[in-house]
Amino acid sequence: MPKYLDFEKPIIGLKEKIEELKTLNTDRGGGLEDEIEKLKVRLSKVREEIFSNLTSWEQVELARHPNRPYTNDYIKYIFKDWVELHGDRRFADDPSIVAGIGKLNGISFVVVGHEKGRKTKEKIRRNFGMPHPEGYRKALRVMKLGSKFKLPIVTFIDTPGAYPGIGAEERGQALAIAENIKEIAMIPVPIIVIITGEGGSGGALAIGIGDRIYMQKYAVYSVISPEGCASIIWRDQKYKKEATEALKITAKDLKKFNIIDDIIMEPGGGAHSNHKEAANLVGEAVMKAYNELKDIPADELIQKRSEKFSKMGFFKEL
Amino acid sequence: MVDASDLKSGGGFLRVGSSPTSGNEYFNIGEKMKWFQKRKGIEKESKKREIPDGVWVKCDSCGEILYRKEIEKNLMVCPKCNYHFQINSSLYKKILLDEGTFEEEDDNLRTLDPLNFKNYKKKLKEAMTKTSLNECIISGQAKIYGRDIEICIMDFSFIGGSMGSVVGEKVKRAIYRASDLNLPLVIVSASGGARMHEGILSLMQMAKTATALNKLETPFISILTHPTTAGVLASYASLGDIIIAEPGALIGFAGPRVIKQTIKKELPEGFQRAEFLLEHGLIDLVVSRKDLRDTVNTLLMHLC
Repeated sequence: MPKYLDFEKPIIGLKEKIEELKTLNTDRGGGLEDEIEKLKVRLSKVREEIFSNLTSWEQVELARHPNRPYTNDYIKYIFKDWVELHGDRRFADDPSIVAGIGKLNGISFVVVGHEKGRKTKEKIRRNFGMPHPEGYRKALRVMKLGSKFKLPIVTFIDTPGAYPGIGAEERGQALAIAENIKEIAMIPVPIIVIITGEGGSGGALAIGIGDRIYMQKYAVYSVISPEGCASIIWRDQKYKKEATEALKITAKDLKKFNIIDDIIMEPGGGAHSNHKEAANLVGEAVMKAYNELKDIPADELIQKRSEKFSKMGFFKEL
Repeated sequence: MVDASDLKSGGGFLRVGSSPTSGNEYFNIGEKMKWFQKRKGIEKESKKREIPDGVWVKCDSCGEILYRKEIEKNLMVCPKCNYHFQINSSLYKKILLDEGTFEEEDDNLRTLDPLNFKNYKKKLKEAMTKTSLNECIISGQAKIYGRDIEICIMDFSFIGGSMGSVVGEKVKRAIYRASDLNLPLVIVSASGGARMHEGILSLMQMAKTATALNKLETPFISILTHPTTAGVLASYASLGDIIIAEPGALIGFAGPRVIKQTIKKELPEGFQRAEFLLEHGLIDLVVSRKDLRDTVNTLLMHLC
């Protein structure tokens, strides 16, 4: 059974009804086509209605939707001749970050992304997409292959955050993130960053430096989780909805603050309702960005990238 | 972002000292109360003890009752157990820099409230009144034993030393100045991390500062004081050519409380303290406050 969110119930209900009618129609040998068509129209109206009035918190729920496509799904649909590469050559291979090389439109891309894992066992193996320092070090190592062999880079961001654990601290979680930010800024090939789900603070930013930063329509990107913010500001996690509004973490918010360059549309009903279509839209965005970036000389690319981040923020000068 | 309750002696993000205290130039208002909070360990303890105002101070670590004048003379370090009391940026100026040489830059930058975040304006106003600072960092040029340096000093008593747009901008500009003027850079950090009240803009200050460091070819000495955590540690504070920490300082990415909740286990003794990081090869040196100036000077002599 696919899981669904509370606000999706009317959509799921209609979908089930349509399926029932379709079965009945086949059994009867036809006659219900008009009825089915009516329901389909109603479904798209209801979906439109629901999705055009989502609260920020509902968008968080979509970003965390258990059926939302993950990095491995995007890789499967977008990249051909995919080869996954493993390990940071220092300590371990961290399965919460996937890295490798694949082809899109005849161009080989280095691809790096968080991977949450689909089923329980896989989620545990992938630590729910929360990397340790070795994950970030693997990401940087593989991105540097891009720099050496002149391959453009795509990163997919979808993490609750960097893992807060003893081993992570012992091996320098903060250091790994800091070094990634600094060094990725200097990689002399186009870097396209796509926030596909949860952009969880520093754990996201560690692979979030690039020349184009795109966000899927229902992805979120935040300095702290709504729950974390609620427990600090409101002293209770149950104020997570208020915290979500206050933090301004939706794609629309981030576009307004000039943190992201563009918003990638999602299929009606969200990326989880149609992985393939979601992936197509992401693939198109990657190619659009690549075509904008491919002819920029490396020096200029790096300089513009640094300038991009150096301008972020709001303050007043007296 | 690390929750204030993890950061023992700090004013934190929310706990703002309520009653103004007077008569101590090294502490910001409200700081006195924190002397009675135990810094060691993770659990909160804030028993107020009946000690005459400001004459005697009980060491948070060894429990020794100390004459206030005596520990002031000792740079706010317990003479019995070397416990380092948390101090403000104005005392670090005195400890590190040649007297009267600090020339502040960028003190005209002011924090805005771009998210219109709950109580942020009020919080800023309170912090400004409490500390007489505009933000949780001061930056500019100064001298150490006659040598010109670019310096930034953070102040934990101003909204937990949290990094928003102004902190990021000041650090970036200090990096650029150090680069343009060919000066070594020293940053004294004390921070709970990125400032939640400016949301994603605060997160991007990590990117702003860490990427700016690619420009710098002069030596950068990063000094980590209690506490240096989360977004500040995961950006410029970890990127020094040399990283020095004060004894006993809490230094980590995630707060101990969050880690404890996540792994559902007790944390090892001394976890995330300066000495723990030294042992794990993450920092160069643990240096007592009284030796800080000489150590920085010697390092700069070698590197410049």
